[in-house]
Amino acid sequence: MTIASKRSLIRLAGWTALAAAAALAGCGKKEEAAAPATAASGTVTKAEPLKVAFAYVGPVGDAGWSYAHDAGRKAVEAEFGDRVQTSFVESVPEGADAERVIRDMVGQGNKLVFGTTFGYMDYMLKVAADSKDVRFEHATGYKTAENMRTYDSRTYEGAYLAGVIAGRMTKTGTLGVVGSVPIPEVIRNINSFTLGAQSVNPKVKTRVVWVNKWFDPPSEGDGAQGLINQGADVLFQNTDSSAVLQTAEKAGKFAFGWDSDMSKFGPNAHLASSVINWGPYYKKAVKDVLDGTWKTGAAWWGVKEGAIDIVSISDKVPAQTKEQIEKVKAGLKDGSFVIWKGPIVSNEGKEVLKKDEVADDKFLTGINFYVKGVEGKVPTGK
Amino acid sequence: MDTWALLIAATLNAGTVLAIAALGLLVNERAGVVNLGAEGLMLVAALAGFATAVHTGSDWLAFGAGALAGAALAAVFGVLVIWLNTNQYASGLALSLFGAGFSAFAGIRYTQEKLASRPHFEIPGLADLPFVGPALFRQHPMVYAAMLLSVALAWFLYRSRAGLVLRAVGESPESAHALGYPVRRIRLAAVVVGGALCGVAGAYLSVVYTPLWVEGMVAGKGWIALALTTFATWRPARVLLGAYLFGGVTMLQFQLQGEGVQIPSQLLTMLPYLATVLVLVLISRNPTWIRVNMPASLGKPFFPGS
Repeated sequence: MTIASKRSLIRLAGWTALAAAAALAGCGKKEEAAAPATAASGTVTKAEPLKVAFAYVGPVGDAGWSYAHDAGRKAVEAEFGDRVQTSFVESVPEGADAERVIRDMVGQGNKLVFGTTFGYMDYMLKVAADSKDVRFEHATGYKTAENMRTYDSRTYEGAYLAGVIAGRMTKTGTLGVVGSVPIPEVIRNINSFTLGAQSVNPKVKTRVVWVNKWFDPPSEGDGAQGLINQGADVLFQNTDSSAVLQTAEKAGKFAFGWDSDMSKFGPNAHLASSVINWGPYYKKAVKDVLDGTWKTGAAWWGVKEGAIDIVSISDKVPAQTKEQIEKVKAGLKDGSFVIWKGPIVSNEGKEVLKKDEVADDKFLTGINFYVKGVEGKVPTGK
Repeated sequence: MDTWALLIAATLNAGTVLAIAALGLLVNERAGVVNLGAEGLMLVAALAGFATAVHTGSDWLAFGAGALAGAALAAVFGVLVIWLNTNQYASGLALSLFGAGFSAFAGIRYTQEKLASRPHFEIPGLADLPFVGPALFRQHPMVYAAMLLSVALAWFLYRSRAGLVLRAVGESPESAHALGYPVRRIRLAAVVVGGALCGVAGAYLSVVYTPLWVEGMVAGKGWIALALTTFATWRPARVLLGAYLFGGVTMLQFQLQGEGVQIPSQLLTMLPYLATVLVLVLISRNPTWIRVNMPASLGKPFFPGS
């Protein structure tokens, strides 16, 4: 090694050390600057509107998941008027693009950011770590931080209510479910739908097909057709479009709306729509920030909080069943009725909940079996 | 028993989209032009068809609009590759990507629309026969039209003078040119007909098969149709059979799932694509078999007077 190269090495080392020191100092400064901003935000919000941003995974016109979230955003605007200023970005893919979009939202001065799909989780967590003065709300995830909390809705309560109607309306005794992706949330919905049907018609059987996508209308329709071919006359879906309902309409069978009111897509086939109202939670979250009472945590809202409902029940459903739906809803509201209460047996004959045992949220979030009455086996990929 | 009848019915229905599109592509490939833009053509036509059905309420006008949209886009593609001699593969890919983007953009307001109630079709008398009735005779007229189309196309290609000229243009454009045939105009006509048929297939998808419009709803069917022409070694009857085979695999996977057969559903989802690759490998291993039917000038530009 020559002297010259040694010298340049030393010089390089020197520069590196200097750069590192500068970077460290820079970071320190940034944090100092961030702290007063947080403290000041309480007084600033009175004069300026709170900027709230929403990231949606699909187009707001999907008539399902993203559409329902956007209705929640509109509820916030209606409630708080000019105290808030909301904006949204639609069709944000669950990938690195999500991080770019969310960082951009922070850059535009939004102080409350909603990410409305599971796949944003790690990207939101990264941005949250860099933007301590912004609050993050993540739907359906399980990771939280000091300034990021999660929220979800008990969609299985809506599935159960739909099941009560399905059990009454089926003539063949066979129900069909078009599943999206075999994760606990969807399996829980299939099970709850079946439990609801069994509560009025114990002999009911449920067949399941998986399309392995959240949004692929032709495949959803094909899956629905496959179920109809096997004798299912009431269909239910945990996918995002209205294709299953429209296939049922074409074939003269019954089906439900999911996530939002889909009655107009199948006037004859539509029995009811199981909907999610994100409005109540979104209003609470905005209120928490405005009042300065926002704390991290995990919320899971259902019929009780007004987050889940069953709407547009068809005239074909007997009055007696409608009354029963109201009874179940009232029971869920005052806590006198619990869906996941033993004895519940899996379709492999294992008793998963003993008599009178009530499932806790940990049990519910880990469901990976079918209850008795669902045919087939949960796909495991093994 | 009934289940299988309905499976056959669903298979014929699922295969019809593929059959019409692939028969269209067969026409232009027989004239020596490969149109990789099929997917984009079908998307634009699906939107055009759906929008027409929404505004006029007529399915037949919708098929017409789909055919027109497909033909118009194919004509642009034809002028590019036949007169301006742009690369067929690159131009086709560009058309495919353009079609996907354009239909998504132009179709935003149609994602919330719905069509009026869908009519039922059945052939009187035959539809009530046991088993074959539900299996074969309760289909949309387009299903039978696809079958007739493959017969008509076979007759056209192998029994008519015009078909002979078309094949001559695909085999040796120089010879056809020397005999005084307008090679470029014949190729353009073939491309336009191919595009129109792809357009009908797209409209069938959005108006009859899954009566709604969403971005990207063709979901790879254009690509399968392209693969089908190769799979069928450019023979109309084989195209029809291949289309039903692929349609059958799609429907069978849901049938098996519903019956609780222990096959991972992800494996079943990839079966149609796996079948495409497998067939391509098989026929590529037999060069004589493929050479006999493959238009010799397929994908090659033609310069008159060179």
